[in-house]
Amino acid sequence: MPTPAPGDDPAPHANPSTDTTVDQVFREEYGRVVAALVRRFGDIELAEDVAQEAFVEAVSRWPRSGLPPNPGAWLTTTAKNRAIDRLRRESTRDARHAQAAAMLGPFDDDDVDPDTVSSVPDERLRLIFTCCHPALARDAQVALTLRLLGGLTMAEIARAFLVDEAAMSKRLTRSKQKIKAAHIPYRIPPDHELPSRLAGVLATLYLVFNEGYLPSSPDVEVRTDLSAEAIRQARVLASLMPDEPEVLGLLALMLLTEARRPARFADGVLVTLPEQDRTLWDARLVAEGHDLVRACLRRGRPGPYQIQAAINAVHTDAGLAEATDWGQIVALYDQLYAVTPTPVVALNRAVALAERDGPTAGLVALEAVHGLDGYHAYQAARADLLRRAGRVAEAVEAYRTAVELSANPAERAYLAGRLAELSAARW
Amino acid sequence: MPKYLLSVWSREDDPMPPDDEVQAMFAAVGRFNEEVQAEGAWVFAGGLHPASTATVVDGRGGDVVTTDGPYAESKEQMGGFWVLEAPDLDAAIDLARRGSAACHGKVEVRPFQDDV
Repeated sequence: MPTPAPGDDPAPHANPSTDTTVDQVFREEYGRVVAALVRRFGDIELAEDVAQEAFVEAVSRWPRSGLPPNPGAWLTTTAKNRAIDRLRRESTRDARHAQAAAMLGPFDDDDVDPDTVSSVPDERLRLIFTCCHPALARDAQVALTLRLLGGLTMAEIARAFLVDEAAMSKRLTRSKQKIKAAHIPYRIPPDHELPSRLAGVLATLYLVFNEGYLPSSPDVEVRTDLSAEAIRQARVLASLMPDEPEVLGLLALMLLTEARRPARFADGVLVTLPEQDRTLWDARLVAEGHDLVRACLRRGRPGPYQIQAAINAVHTDAGLAEATDWGQIVALYDQLYAVTPTPVVALNRAVALAERDGPTAGLVALEAVHGLDGYHAYQAARADLLRRAGRVAEAVEAYRTAVELSANPAERAYLAGRLAELSAARW
Repeated sequence: MPKYLLSVWSREDDPMPPDDEVQAMFAAVGRFNEEVQAEGAWVFAGGLHPASTATVVDGRGGDVVTTDGPYAESKEQMGGFWVLEAPDLDAAIDLARRGSAACHGKVEVRPFQDDV
């Protein structure tokens, strides 16, 4: 099928909603297009530039010509041809570029009608391992992943992480320069390195998700856009690495957490898990999360994300908070603590233990956790258990500390409410 | 092939390890050097005298100004280095891991500007 040139006949397939379609295609295809170009040309800046140009061309062309059958392939081929044009132009001026262009080899394989190309190889997996390379700082990994694979603008990333755009732009430029200068490879790590490198990728995605779920910003309760982007990336990763149970575990953990979002806030105040209206939970996400948990547990290679997903599955399995199987949750936290013995896991285990054995048992377990005095969730948990154990004066003190430590407005509102109740009951 | 500077850093006020540990460290570094040469990654390497033996020379003006001491006023100083070839940063990091284990020091990996 010949591609209509711009200005051709009044497109029979023109679609009034092509603008939104282009936006959707951009979200879905940007990472794939950039990754294919980085793979082909080994240059991130060039890949980004020509990918942007291809999308600009799509915006002007598609409303008239209609969507090509495979928009991703069309964009990749269009961008690739732009890159080749650019390199050829430069090669006529400069011997070094001529050499670079020659190294790219013959271009015949690109002389295919882009509308009929059925598929382009998916190179996103390589690119995400480059973006999340341990030689880059974690915040740089997050920014690169959101920029190169998610197509977020510099302004969007800067806003999400509360830094100014110039600073974010500088950080991204420096990271890309490091990738180039230090020759950070663009490949999937070999088997013996894969577990630790994959853990880094998963940690980056989970950080993005959590920043969207309970932002540390004082002005905003949640950032659905960041959580949605993290879930989208986790889905891509799960489709590219379907045999890695921890990838499925992370996706399940995100979905089961996300499913509860509609019940998490009431009039700007955080609603804790036992008090949530469970009919508000997203049943579709819960079902998908449960399927994933079952699928990865069948593989018999448990890891921290799978165990956390399983814990969340026990919660979402209970139609009423009272029906929660706390015994199983404590057992899962024991398992989690065995693989990741961190104070935060010990804190969560103590909270589950309190549900199973009562607040006093929970407080005993909590006293054994060290190093979390300055952590708002620790103080909030302690306050709650002290209150339930009838130790009102200590509970008031702990709520005060928790309110001071919490940076999230909805959480502060919830804690302040508890504090007011206690104070009222006391006097 | 990209080249990397693998420099060994330590705090000069750290206590010297016992003699037998120092001997074992020299032997391990010697073995690592031989391995790297056999693998074809070797370009150059050397251990340095303490930073207190350094002299800074400023020849930018008409008169040469020499100053006692290292350029960086820092407790952390470079004690030695390798210049090695590696196909990419992952390979360089793996060399640094082995070098660090051999010399019992932290190793900084820094790429050279590409040959033109």
